Amino acid sequence: MAVQSLPTGPGAAAILAAGIGSLVLGLCAFAADAEPAVGHAFVFWAPTGALSGVTTTAIIAWLASWFGLSRRWRARDVSLVRVNVAAFAMLLVALLLTFPPFMDLLQGK
Amino acid sequence: MEISFRDMITVLHGMGFGALFMLAFSGAIGVIYATAVAGPARPLSRLTTMMFRFYLISMATLAWLATLSGAYVIYPWYRAAAPAGTTDLSLYPRLLLLSSPLTAGWHDYGMEWKEHVAWLTPIAMTMVAYVFIKYGPQLALHRHMRNAVLGFTAVAFFATAVAGVFGAFLNKYAPVRGGHEYILFEDK
Repeated sequence: MAVQSLPTGPGAAAILAAGIGSLVLGLCAFAADAEPAVGHAFVFWAPTGALSGVTTTAIIAWLASWFGLSRRWRARDVSLVRVNVAAFAMLLVALLLTFPPFMDLLQGK
Repeated sequence: MEISFRDMITVLHGMGFGALFMLAFSGAIGVIYATAVAGPARPLSRLTTMMFRFYLISMATLAWLATLSGAYVIYPWYRAAAPAGTTDLSLYPRLLLLSSPLTAGWHDYGMEWKEHVAWLTPIAMTMVAYVFIKYGPQLALHRHMRNAVLGFTAVAFFATAVAGVFGAFLNKYAPVRGGHEYILFEDK
């Protein structure tokens, strides 16, 4: 039985957006740790401190990029190899930027 | 035998949401693999498909509950500022850890890593659930998409493991305590 394949665009959009959201999380976490002024600006809700702004910004970036990419790639076939390489590279950077010894290394501590 | 309100919420966060999520991981890999192996030419029954979807949506929900309860309920208790002159820091876990060079690392490395890396999990698992629901058996036709789904699931497992292990150690050295005390039962 022949099965019509769905376009890869919507899946690729979700995968790449997850990578983007992760990267923004890592970048914001690092920026808040490295620069006290940035950390202060990320205090969206005082009891949780800068973590509230870091994570809210990452979630907004993730959902906004997912929405944008989904609209753009809704009915398209997208190269999943390139999307995967980009998404996993961003995920790796995010993992490194959330690892305190690596943060300290980048800041020369 | 008694338990404080904050202890109870911490247990719910760690054991109720976090540990249950960790236990579900091997099942998630099995669900994705089983669906991809069957492929679109041999579709799974409607009931099986529904159960698989429910399974992954439940995992994503548990991930969100664990991170949100951790960041917005327990973390404020953990990092609360003590009034000037406080000498007993048992109700201020962050300050208690930082008060000694022998325990400060649990905050500087453990909590600092845990509080951020844990957020990768709900992002990853929401994507995994969406892609699974959208493509289902068609994941068999898209090898790279299947690899991405499995890869993000593995990273979510790692991030949750980091958060869980450090959460357990942090709660051992500086437990989050306070609030109403509930007496579960008393020895006669």
